[in-house]
Amino acid sequence: MSATAQTIDRISPETTLFESILELIRRTSTQLPDDVVRAVTGARKNEVEGSNADFALNVIGCNIGLAREGSLPLCQDTGTILFYVHTPAGYDQLAFEEIATEAVRTATKKGYLRQNSVDSITGKNTGDNTGPGSPVFHFHQWREPHVEVKVMLKGGGCENMNVQYSLPHPALGDRDLNGVENAILDCVLQAQGQGCGPGILGVCIGGDRGTGYGFAKEQLLRLLDDANPDPVLAELEERVVDKANQSGIGPMGFGGKTTLLACKIGTRNRLPASFFVSIAYMCWAYRRRGAELDLSGNVTEWLY
Amino acid sequence: MALVKLATPIDEATIRTLHVGDSVSITGRLYTGRDAVHHRIHTGTRPPVDLEGQIIYHCGPVMVKEGDQWVCKAAGPTTSSREEPYQWEVMRDYKIRGVIGKGGMGEKTLAACKEYGAVYLHAIGGAAQVCAASIKRVDGVDWMDLGSPEAIWHLWVEDFMAIVTMDSHGQSLHKNVFEESKARIEAMKA
Ligand code: SF4
Repeated sequence: MSATAQTIDRISPETTLFESILELIRRTSTQLPDDVVRAVTGARKNEVEGSNADFALNVIGCNIGLAREGSLPLCQDTGTILFYVHTPAGYDQLAFEEIATEAVRTATKKGYLRQNSVDSITGKNTGDNTGPGSPVFHFHQWREPHVEVKVMLKGGGCENMNVQYSLPHPALGDRDLNGVENAILDCVLQAQGQGCGPGILGVCIGGDRGTGYGFAKEQLLRLLDDANPDPVLAELEERVVDKANQSGIGPMGFGGKTTLLACKIGTRNRLPASFFVSIAYMCWAYRRRGAELDLSGNVTEWLY
Repeated sequence: MALVKLATPIDEATIRTLHVGDSVSITGRLYTGRDAVHHRIHTGTRPPVDLEGQIIYHCGPVMVKEGDQWVCKAAGPTTSSREEPYQWEVMRDYKIRGVIGKGGMGEKTLAACKEYGAVYLHAIGGAAQVCAASIKRVDGVDWMDLGSPEAIWHLWVEDFMAIVTMDSHGQSLHKNVFEESKARIEAMKA
């Protein structure tokens, strides 16, 4: 028996892990997390009854209920499938990737995921959501004894609204927190009507162009009502949401008070020569869920 | 903001009574049509159905065949701006009275709405299940060679809800909200 086969055997009996991941994908596509449901439904009280904004939030609320009851996708665009996985040292990540990819194929057959992976040159759809770069895996090791897996589905409409600014910028300002704030609000202005708002922003200040976008997206793994441990960033997050909600853009860009549900900001060190502000725009169909697994692949706790 | 009940096919006079901000509830036929359909019509092929007075829905639905009947599983709107180069022509040549989509459209479409008597209706983006729930029947399909999401599906809807965001009087909610929010964000600049 090869070393790999032994590890799989020892750590993750295939069917248990497969079933756990499949169920995680089903929940992610069909059940919006509680913190997001609270934010969306809570926002309705800020809108004028009978306004278009109120109507939009009401329809979104109904849609969340219908998807959950019918175990149907919240939105027909089930987006890029992103896995964020933490494993103990020595855990077989290659086996995990194979099994999770198989779970994605099955989830696509079952209709939890739309066929969404297209060859960039030929335009041919692979039909099962797998292929070069899909699904996306981010593996990290940690000192905990168990495995943690988080899944995010990020739709195309909102992904198209992601943007990266380089400061200083003639219209937006210098390499300081004011410049960052102006850049984020410019993104909100430009994204209106396009990314199925109310939106949620993940922001990274610093990094290089690649890691900046990656870390911005990772901010979307935070809970909507958590507090940023850095008081300066916590204040900036609050200020951005406040100003965005005074812009009048509103849900779907119909006008109204609910433009952003949250803004989550993190930082990475940068080169002296660079200052990037990278923004990941998430739509209201903010599908992210997670689970803690024991080494046999059993779910010990559902996250979010 | 009025709630207006519409039944397709719609005449021009009715469409001209609608204004930006009105909500509408549509009952009757809707035809889906997105990128490939608009492109094919643009390159000279006549549509296989009579579009006069009808509404085109920018939507790539998820359809499943149960027995010999098609059933719609998810049917939210797709981004309309991709049809901006073609939409005005379809309004002129085939007398459609409206399109449903998300994100709004540009100047060419706005001008065509005014000239030929049509409106842009905004459905709620991402609300695939609410939209699917108002689709009561799938009565047929054309141009299946374009692939299921791109085909012309003949839907029968009841109380399909949308907001008028571009009307036949030259008004666009998208333009208004953009200009207003731009000024407000400018005034709040750090
Ligand atoms: S932006 Fe989000 S809600 Fe809108 S269509 Fe795409 S995935 Fe669905």
